[in-house]
Amino acid sequence: MNSTHVALAEAATAQTTTRLTFREAARAGLRDALARDERVFLMGEDVGHYGGCFAVSLGLLAEFGPERVRDTPLSESAFVGAGIGAALAGMRPIVEIMTVNFSLLALDQILNNAATILHMSGGQFNVPLVIRMATGGGRQLAAQHSHSLEGWYAHIPGLRVLTPATHEDVRGMLWTALEDPDPVLIFENAALYPVEASVPVEWSPVDIDHAVVRRSGSDVTLITYGGSLYKTLQAADELAAHGIQADVIDLRTLRPLDDATIFESIARTHRAVIIDEGWRSGGISAEIGMRIMENRFYDLDAPVERVCSAEVPMPYAAHLEQAALPQVAGIVAAARRVIGG
Amino acid sequence: MTIQLSHEPVTVDRDHALQLLGEMLRIRRFEETCAELYMAARVRGFVHLCIGQEAISAGLIPLLTPEDRIVSTYREHGHALARGISANACMAEMFGKVDGCSRGRGGSMHLFDAQKRFYGGNAIVGGGLPLAVGTALADKLQHEPNVTVCFFGDGAVAEGEFHECMNLAALWRLPLLFACENNLYAMGTALERAQAQTDRLVKAAGYHVPAESVDGMDVLAVASAAQRAIDFIRAGNGPYLLELRTYRFRAHSMYDPELYRDKQEVEQWKQRDPIDTFAARLLQAGLVTDAEIEQLRQAAADEMAAAVAFAEASPLEPVEQLTRWVYSDATPEEQER
Ligand SMILES: Cc1ncc(C[n+]2csc(CCOP(=O)(O)OP(=O)(O)O)c2C)c(N)n1
Ligand SMILES: [Mg+2]
Repeated sequence: MNSTHVALAEAATAQTTTRLTFREAARAGLRDALARDERVFLMGEDVGHYGGCFAVSLGLLAEFGPERVRDTPLSESAFVGAGIGAALAGMRPIVEIMTVNFSLLALDQILNNAATILHMSGGQFNVPLVIRMATGGGRQLAAQHSHSLEGWYAHIPGLRVLTPATHEDVRGMLWTALEDPDPVLIFENAALYPVEASVPVEWSPVDIDHAVVRRSGSDVTLITYGGSLYKTLQAADELAAHGIQADVIDLRTLRPLDDATIFESIARTHRAVIIDEGWRSGGISAEIGMRIMENRFYDLDAPVERVCSAEVPMPYAAHLEQAALPQVAGIVAAARRVIGG
Repeated sequence: MTIQLSHEPVTVDRDHALQLLGEMLRIRRFEETCAELYMAARVRGFVHLCIGQEAISAGLIPLLTPEDRIVSTYREHGHALARGISANACMAEMFGKVDGCSRGRGGSMHLFDAQKRFYGGNAIVGGGLPLAVGTALADKLQHEPNVTVCFFGDGAVAEGEFHECMNLAALWRLPLLFACENNLYAMGTALERAQAQTDRLVKAAGYHVPAESVDGMDVLAVASAAQRAIDFIRAGNGPYLLELRTYRFRAHSMYDPELYRDKQEVEQWKQRDPIDTFAARLLQAGLVTDAEIEQLRQAAADEMAAAVAFAEASPLEPVEQLTRWVYSDATPEEQER
């Protein structure tokens, strides 16, 4: 049993647990951060009076006041840049961008400032900033509101990219992220917000350096993260019914990637499928696949397969959207292909 | 009939009055239908209603020529209908059907119609403004006498795009009407909580863009101010900003708990319902009868019921067409490569 299995087992047997939605777990992380460190403040569109566009920050304005739960105008570029400046000047801002779709208006600040100032200043100025945003499709919001661009951001040196899929991760990763001296982006898959789960009442910061094996098996490695984790686990159940045991890896962090956990699994299974809600071309799945090629080519018994979103702007109509997204059946089929069964 | 407004008298004849009222009633009924369908889970996604703001679409858009252009936001049902995109095509789009004006790819927030020169609802706040600068620039370069109207909200004024585009349009003297629908809120953020200078006429002055503020609940006031603005632009004088002071009666999108505003405030604005107040004025002036108004209401209800039937009967796009129109002249097989 490796350490990640231990962590899961501990969670399952923890004595005092509570049931929370993913949204409430994220809120618990925010509340804790605000309570623990005077330098922390939350800023973004509708985080205060509206309660957060996904109701994640609901109630925090009343608890911490408008200075620390700060509504901003619709100026993504300006308030992300203000977060960088405040971080440079001793604060620990948490900037919320409603969704990754709108983060594109702040891309310049994220890429040209947050990710580069440390290097450009010869190590003099670090940017301890956390940027949270919702990501993902599946809610019939069409092409401009359904992006999964976390893999894109993982392209950028200078950033750390987190993709919590579990309630404990979304609650605990913020703490760890705020302790990081450099900019951290946290992507919360919006489809998960209403999902309930049991979590231990007692908690502490969670490790953000390692992927976790969420289910063990020796026949095929299924590599995923974020919203696709649940579809992948479901696929693993179906495969088990056919006598195929899948190792399911939750990457948790897309930059830096935890190669070791991936490689260790492939050394056992000799087969891999990567499941990513992002697009295939140039995506994080390509990066993972290539790393496997570079490092574990001779371990493989079959070509690596990928299950990604179709190469299309996300359509509105439900049947088209579902056809565009990774689905359980597609994951099962890909796994069976690499096994040759 | 001549109705005395605060600024000036506006003349409206019977046919014109009926047309304005009828347009507002169509938009209202379309959106009430959308709300019902949404509750019944037959329409999905984000659905932003303009109920309360109909006088803007009805007053402004009919003044445009067929060659003029419109760039809109996600709150665009009224703009699309007033522009002449059929209720059938709009409703089928709400259903995600193949006969929808965006073939089911857009939904409520992205109604498009090339023939009507309707460049879509844009769901990124401020995202349509640069597009509108581009269409206006193209018209200017091609010596076309067209006007582009760009609709956006009070919230969008805080976006950099507003400021960048005001500057560019003024600098290049582009035929662009900035139509700001100021409904006092950007989702839950009241104007004065987000903007230090809440007077957009002052902002416009900063960019040398002539501007006017008008009661957006009064369809005649909208029409007369819009006519002045369009005449000014078409005469080659460059851009113009029209602030249309209005209010949305419903939630920001289909549902929100409205923690950010007083019920009383909403009720007060409802007293100024653009449809009821206009109907009352017409009745008082003896220009139309109750029966005629009722007829318009019924016509709108019939039209929207037919649109729902049309949308329901419309087929779904075959899934094989999923990747079409990623590039204009490639087959689905080529798109996948
Ligand atoms: C760039 C961007 N930021 C945030 C959002 C989320 N959002 C959608 S509508 C809206 C409020 C916009 O208010 P306003 O411009 O006044 O238009 P209204 O909705 O009142 O018509 C917000 C914050 C978005 N769609 N795009
Ligand atoms: Mg508004």
